[in-house]
Amino acid sequence: MMRALSRLLIAMPTLFVLVTLAFFMMRAAPGGPFDGERSLAPEIEAAIASQYHLDESLIRQYARYLVDLSRGDLGPSFQYEGYRVTELIATGLPVSALVGGLALGLALILGVLIGVVAAQRRNHLIDHILMTLSALGVCIPAFVIAPLMILAFAVTLGWLPAGGWNEGQWRDVLLPVIALALPQLAYVARLTRTAMVDVLQAPYILAARAKGLPGRWVLLRHALRPALIPVLSYLGPAAAALITGSVVIEQIFSIPGLGRYFVQAALNRDYTLVLGVVLVYGALIVVFNFVVDVLYGVLDPRVRAA
Amino acid sequence: MTRVPVWQSFTQRRSAPLALCLLGLIVLAVLFGPLFSPYAVDFIDFEGDWSSPPTLKGAHWFGTDSLGRDLFVRTLEGGRISLLVGVLSTLVAAGIGVAYGAAAGYYGGRTDQLMMRAVDVLYALPFMFLVILLMALFGRHLVLMFVAIGAVNWLDMARIVRGQTLALKQREFVIAARLSGAPDAQIVRRHIVPNLLGVAVVYASLTIPQVVLIESFLSFLGLGVQAPATSWGALVNDGAREMESTPWSLVFPAGFLTLTLLCLNAVGEGLRQALERRSV
Repeated sequence: MMRALSRLLIAMPTLFVLVTLAFFMMRAAPGGPFDGERSLAPEIEAAIASQYHLDESLIRQYARYLVDLSRGDLGPSFQYEGYRVTELIATGLPVSALVGGLALGLALILGVLIGVVAAQRRNHLIDHILMTLSALGVCIPAFVIAPLMILAFAVTLGWLPAGGWNEGQWRDVLLPVIALALPQLAYVARLTRTAMVDVLQAPYILAARAKGLPGRWVLLRHALRPALIPVLSYLGPAAAALITGSVVIEQIFSIPGLGRYFVQAALNRDYTLVLGVVLVYGALIVVFNFVVDVLYGVLDPRVRAA
Repeated sequence: MTRVPVWQSFTQRRSAPLALCLLGLIVLAVLFGPLFSPYAVDFIDFEGDWSSPPTLKGAHWFGTDSLGRDLFVRTLEGGRISLLVGVLSTLVAAGIGVAYGAAAGYYGGRTDQLMMRAVDVLYALPFMFLVILLMALFGRHLVLMFVAIGAVNWLDMARIVRGQTLALKQREFVIAARLSGAPDAQIVRRHIVPNLLGVAVVYASLTIPQVVLIESFLSFLGLGVQAPATSWGALVNDGAREMESTPWSLVFPAGFLTLTLLCLNAVGEGLRQALERRSV
């Protein structure tokens, strides 16, 4: 618990560094949010600049951003006129969270299941098949598997739509979730198998078996819990990978989530929107790491005592 | 302690040497393949059909894309860029990581604490966003891409090298060098770094597939390599857009990219295991 709390204490400066880096990096970049094909009259340009406080010194703008941020205001979007960044995030985040959450759930549940099955049948045919498939799965990036899946299931077979988002119907959600989950699923399966193989050789498992406990009981009650710890520590990186993956997946499947905003906003120099998305992503990863630290205690009593 | 040579241990596993051979073939194909085709990367074949399918009869072995450009040449040329970025960025990352880790490990004490705490903080940053941001903001120079990707991937190397250095600096030859009055910088350069090169090479080999992946990810988003140059990521992106009419323009680059990643991973993993077995 102390570890978890200290992680949370580190989180604030981490987010602060992230926002600061992103802020100054963006301002150092050439181009601005209102550079267009047509050059505007200098008076109009000045009026726009003053409306968005772009005429102030960089430090003042930075200070203003931080003050607004502390009030929970992420400022107006530069590209989507009339929208606050908080509004844009409020519409995009639930969509991304649905796809990302389902993918994470799928990766964890199916990944652990595959890992356990492979460990139990170690060096049998089924183990070799599962591990070869997962070695392949780890290597195929989401942006390769997604178009191939569209090619197979949407274009050739016509079972599922190739993209789009009708309020998140399952038909639209299915392919993106699988494409996003697959690399993580494969990784979780490999982690689980390795840990499970180790645990199954531990003396206490032998003792449990010798007592005559049924195999499945030993597997689930005794072996699974410690074997889950490496999977748990992968949760943080997995969350980060899912978020970066969502940037391409949302583009491929035309899903109106946060990830799609990110690249577009950076290209359009929509300063506030980029910062807002970076902040949300950073916060999500921090939250994930915190949950992982708490769960460590649940799974491993030695951590609880420390 | 019996020391099995890394190479011998490496070849004992079946998958790793196989992957190495395949990888060699891919590298050869990427380097010399385009010489065998009469077409240039950006040559548009007005004679043949637009988007003609793969065929062994004509010279468009992988077919052409929707603009009539030969896909065989494009796939291999794209591979050149992907692998080049992979190797060069890995060199950048390994260079930073080895220097940083060796310095932290060698000086030890408070310097080490401070340097490694900085690494911890950097670990917590979601770096991929910053790389995406960097590429989106500052345009798409290849050099910028090497630096950006390299700057992200040195953290693991720094940790591993630091650990090795901590052990190495207790060894007799290092103590002897210090007693004979060699300056610190020279000891690190002449005695420490050459001795951890093996470990560094192995971990660098595991970094290459990650870097190739990042490069293709960026190119897929349109932030990496720019036309007329191309890379596997950019080709997968093109192919994905045209897959309904020319599915082969997706399948070939995607296949090459995946196979290469698979081989690189298998080779790196094989090397790592061989190294671990040696040091046991």
